Amino acid sequence: MSTERERDGESESGRTGTFGDYGGQYVPEALMPAVQELEDAYQRYVLENEDGFMDEFRERLRDFGGRPTPLQRADRLSERYDREVYLKREDLVHGGAHKLNNALGQVLLAKYMGKERIIAETGAGQHGTATAMAAAHLDMPCEIYMGRTDVNRQRPNVYRMRMNGAEVNPVEAGSGTLKEAINETMRDWATTVERTHYVIGSVVGPHPFPKMVRDFQAVIGDEVRKQIQEKAGRLPDSVVACAGGGSNTMGAFHAFVPDEAVDLYAVEAGGSSLEIDEEEGLAPNSATLSTGTDGVLHGAMTKLLQSTDGQIMESHSVSAGLDYAGVGPELSHLVETGRVTPASVDDEDALNGFHRLSRLEGIIPALESSHALGYLEEEHETLGDLVVVNVSGRGDKDLETVLEETETRDLVAAPDVEVFDG
Amino acid sequence: MSREIRAERESRDGERGAATRCDQREHLEKRTENEVNREQRPASREVRADGGEPTAYDSDVEAAIREDQPALITYITAGDPSLKDTKAYVEALDRGGSDLIELGLPFSEPIAEGSTIQAAINRALDAGTTPEGFFELVADLETEAPLLVMTYYNMILQYGDEPDVRPFVERAAEAGLSGIIVPDLPAEEAGPLREACDDNGLDLVFIIAPTTEGERLDQIMSQVSGFAYVQARLGTTGARANVSGATHDSLARLSEYDVPKAVGFGVSKGDHAAEIIEAGADGVIVGSALVDIIAEHSSAGSGTESQNIASSDDPSDAVDALEAKAQELKRGARRGADTVTVDPEERPEPEQP
Ligand SMILES: Cc1ncc(COP(=O)(O)O)c(C=O)c1O
Repeated sequence: MSTERERDGESESGRTGTFGDYGGQYVPEALMPAVQELEDAYQRYVLENEDGFMDEFRERLRDFGGRPTPLQRADRLSERYDREVYLKREDLVHGGAHKLNNALGQVLLAKYMGKERIIAETGAGQHGTATAMAAAHLDMPCEIYMGRTDVNRQRPNVYRMRMNGAEVNPVEAGSGTLKEAINETMRDWATTVERTHYVIGSVVGPHPFPKMVRDFQAVIGDEVRKQIQEKAGRLPDSVVACAGGGSNTMGAFHAFVPDEAVDLYAVEAGGSSLEIDEEEGLAPNSATLSTGTDGVLHGAMTKLLQSTDGQIMESHSVSAGLDYAGVGPELSHLVETGRVTPASVDDEDALNGFHRLSRLEGIIPALESSHALGYLEEEHETLGDLVVVNVSGRGDKDLETVLEETETRDLVAAPDVEVFDG
Repeated sequence: MSREIRAERESRDGERGAATRCDQREHLEKRTENEVNREQRPASREVRADGGEPTAYDSDVEAAIREDQPALITYITAGDPSLKDTKAYVEALDRGGSDLIELGLPFSEPIAEGSTIQAAINRALDAGTTPEGFFELVADLETEAPLLVMTYYNMILQYGDEPDVRPFVERAAEAGLSGIIVPDLPAEEAGPLREACDDNGLDLVFIIAPTTEGERLDQIMSQVSGFAYVQARLGTTGARANVSGATHDSLARLSEYDVPKAVGFGVSKGDHAAEIIEAGADGVIVGSALVDIIAEHSSAGSGTESQNIASSDDPSDAVDALEAKAQELKRGARRGADTVTVDPEERPEPEQP
């Protein structure tokens, strides 16, 4: 891990943990001692492998989590786009998404720290599911906060969390998505901080979360780097990943940040439009990196979808896991310095990406990951001869949404969904 | 991001060094260090918004809490259910005996607030409350009690053309505010805002949580200006049925610091105020219990579904109720102070039940 730190490309400005202008620790005073305790634990266990923490983490990732995941050549996509396309199969991680890498790391860390209780927020339910699984695996009580809208559109994951013994608390406030779930989890944490660890679900929040989550997710890019050299004999020309908070993105990119020849594309949810409605405080998208402005939300200075007054906008995406008005501070920094190219794909192109991968490769991707595949379809000509797309998760959880959304649209890549009726 | 912010970030590191300097010192020395810190503040309080002479205390906030002990500090959310109503409510709280009044500038993600104040913030945002409207209200208010703004850091950063704390602080001083409280800004990140507040004669009030202890407590107490906001219990704001044991522990921990201490989070009745003052606080802070009164009289209901509700059913009822509540709290606080000042030897035996 220590060598990975050196290729961070981040500016270390003292102990607040910032990436250039972004990051920091903007949390209520009650949480500061916990954040500092976590900083200390991150340093000792994750960076210095105290008590063999990282060895145990890697072993559990392998035996419980099913790592390493394959880097698969996508034959029909390669043919379609006339270039080599490889898929990093995070959909094959236990639980069906990259989220387990981080959840397992953090629940294990909480155990090493002597915490007694786990809380987490979830958008798509994948992080909640991963946390519930890790908590059951490591025998820790666990409560998950989830926005009401997301509870309704991600039912299978609600069931899975409960199967694994977690309590699911629906959050009614606002538009009932990830932002509100994070607010509510922070409130719980501020009340129970002495014995509770908050397993944050992405590379967001106060320092040390963005770095720590990235380090737990960096296994994705570390594996890709090794696998692509074995399979193609060189580094890729580009790596494409979808970005909600940005954890699969940073996980896939981290190992390549120092390799300037590798282009990095963070694909956000363009929703129905990139225009914002200032009056209503609505962004019909979640394209924070492309259209956001600098501000402070959920503990960090980062790019946000906000009004000129500083009110946070309600975001939108057909995929719950991308539906967030903020983004990780390190990604904001990498975009600001030009290392990462921000991009967005709208709901329709994402749905087409979903159907196309399902039909051509026999892989049903998460709606989140489908944004990366939508980008591949639109922009393959600019991505070079050797492209890696991170398939961050599988799409079983999204089937209901996809059927509904497909029925109301004329999608080029969709099968006839009429047959699913009745 | 702006060059200013970068420069401020750099200067913050210098200040952190200053804060840690006091680590090894004995507690007694801390008082003098406080005084030194304050004297070193540029322009001190000469730049008061009203142009008046500086008081014997560092600021009008500190003067208000020290001179009229026990102090009552009241909070309501500006714009709930409309800015016009807020004016009447603030004036009622002032008449009712508030020594300081905190006005919430609503932010859409109030992570430190419980459901009562969150609903008030939603009502205020639904009514279209903006920072500019807020400042106009403040400029229009005539109260004896100095006014503080309570808001979240992003609201401060976004005022003005690019992310920077100064335009907000300058506008706050111009409108006549005396201080700022920011629940999501710990001392570690407060350098730029503290500097701007110092330059404009505003106090920046820090919150001391039940989890704030040891070196961290020393560091924060050495930077406190106005008063220390002592958070009575872990968690969020919200009226509670009783005073938390954590309050007594916190006040005991803070007793050696010669900084005015006001306790908030959960205080809702005169009896709570009495108990808190008796336990050694210089003031009590009450918010949710007052917001509850406003909500009861407001046709906006829960706020989450309301649209365009711009005034309460009968503002005069709410005004009377707020004034009466402030009086009850102030009386409770006085009762607590009387108990403290009685010589323990002469204190009457508690009556047997
Ligand atoms: C499969 C999948 N991919 C991506 C995301 C987006 O999160 P992040 O940007 O942190 O990877 C989610 C979030 O729930 C997800 O479930």
